[in-house]
Amino acid sequence: MTQALHLLADASGDVPYIGAVVVLVLIGIFFGVLLYVGSRVFAVDVDPRIDQIADALSGANCGACGYGGCRAYAEAVVLKGAATNLCAPGGDETCAAVAKIMGVEAEAAEPKVAVVHCKGTRERAASRGSYRGVADCRAAVVPGAGGGEKVCPHGCLGLGTCVAACPFGALVMGPDGLPMVIEQLCTGCGRCVEACPRGIISLHPKSQQTFVLCSSHLKGKAQKEACTIGCIGCRRCVKACPAEAITVTSFRASIDDEKCTNCGTCVEVCPQGIIWSFEKARASYKKPDPKAASACAT
Amino acid sequence: MELFRIGFGAIFVYNFVLAKFLGLCPFIGVSKKMSSAVGMGLAVIFVMTMASVVTFLAYMALLWIGASAFLQIVVFILVIASFVQFVEMVVQKVSPALYEALGIFLPLITTNCAVLGVATLNVDTFKIGTGPEEWSVVGGFFASALQGLCGGLGFMLAMILMSAMREELESLPVPKAFRGVPVAFVLTMGLALAFLGFSGMI
Repeated sequence: MTQALHLLADASGDVPYIGAVVVLVLIGIFFGVLLYVGSRVFAVDVDPRIDQIADALSGANCGACGYGGCRAYAEAVVLKGAATNLCAPGGDETCAAVAKIMGVEAEAAEPKVAVVHCKGTRERAASRGSYRGVADCRAAVVPGAGGGEKVCPHGCLGLGTCVAACPFGALVMGPDGLPMVIEQLCTGCGRCVEACPRGIISLHPKSQQTFVLCSSHLKGKAQKEACTIGCIGCRRCVKACPAEAITVTSFRASIDDEKCTNCGTCVEVCPQGIIWSFEKARASYKKPDPKAASACAT
Repeated sequence: MELFRIGFGAIFVYNFVLAKFLGLCPFIGVSKKMSSAVGMGLAVIFVMTMASVVTFLAYMALLWIGASAFLQIVVFILVIASFVQFVEMVVQKVSPALYEALGIFLPLITTNCAVLGVATLNVDTFKIGTGPEEWSVVGGFFASALQGLCGGLGFMLAMILMSAMREELESLPVPKAFRGVPVAFVLTMGLALAFLGFSGMI
């Protein structure tokens, strides 16, 4: 070996680069073999359930579970005993699959949907000029950028940052300048909630049907000047609610999803008409008449 | 006495971060919290010491075949990177707790210039030979290991000082333009000035 290396050193006198090449190749081979052997000898057994769960999850990496991506959640389930029902986009099916892999009973997670708490359309909300900045809500609220077109400092800016943030295409910008949630597509991941700089989108259980669709904390008079449909904090709903589910904090009513029975009393008494019942809205929505449609086609 | 001079020099006088300005990226990046600063410091101590040893061996091997000058850096990088990878595998197997604690820091150290810095500094300082300023093989080997260990200790000292100050800084009214990294660099300047006081001691 020694002789060979000395020969090599001599040879490099004649062909200058041979020695350097051979030395580097030898070192490379040595470390390559060392690392290969090391990876075999020191191989760590990874729990196969982590891979199985990661496959079962939706793969959206939305972070709704509170972990940094689907794989991190899968690791947390197996190694740290995290709950098996945190995957909001996957829904019951995924939660059941994860629970099955872990060998525990599936705990049903009530799916959630996003609700936009603003009904200040162009007709209802007072305007204070036109915004011509970057078409992004987050840009419009930067100090000095004006804060959008509406007088109401809590109203939807209507620039569609939430629409762009939705990974499932469940948000569309409606013709009235307000985003609409398509409940069938919404997985309750909460990306739009994070994206909205005004904080007017929140997640609610799918069974919850009654909402205060205003986020404004303006006082009565200022509120009436800013928007015809804003919550003025009159507390009529608080008094009327048989379940005591409504509270008013700084001139805005909010409904506790846990206590609310969706009885609709508050919807009736609200003088501003800002408490909406989605159930009734759906009931009053008429399906297009198939006969009329066929008549049209011919 | 000679060993004390090397050790004291590497920790205080020629501190890798504050006097040589090597390894600033982990120094700024991981010094926000005391706990992670200590973790990074421990990882650097370990890797710098072991890298000093293995690169000195590699250096002697290169000397032996007479190709030291132009292959030095590429071989050192190869040796350090492979070594860190190997250490990572061993630590993961042998001590999962330590692996968890070091986390991302261990692979990050591969590209920490302080590690390559200590390797090249070792072979520059402790030249093997028989002259008056030159070192014996065994002496140079242990002097390198000591310089690596103390260089790592100096790095950890700087990390701990910095993270302690930055934790305090969280509750202070820093002007908006200076918040975060800028004020960290200003603090680094202050620390470096303070460490300037050690220069000339040895």
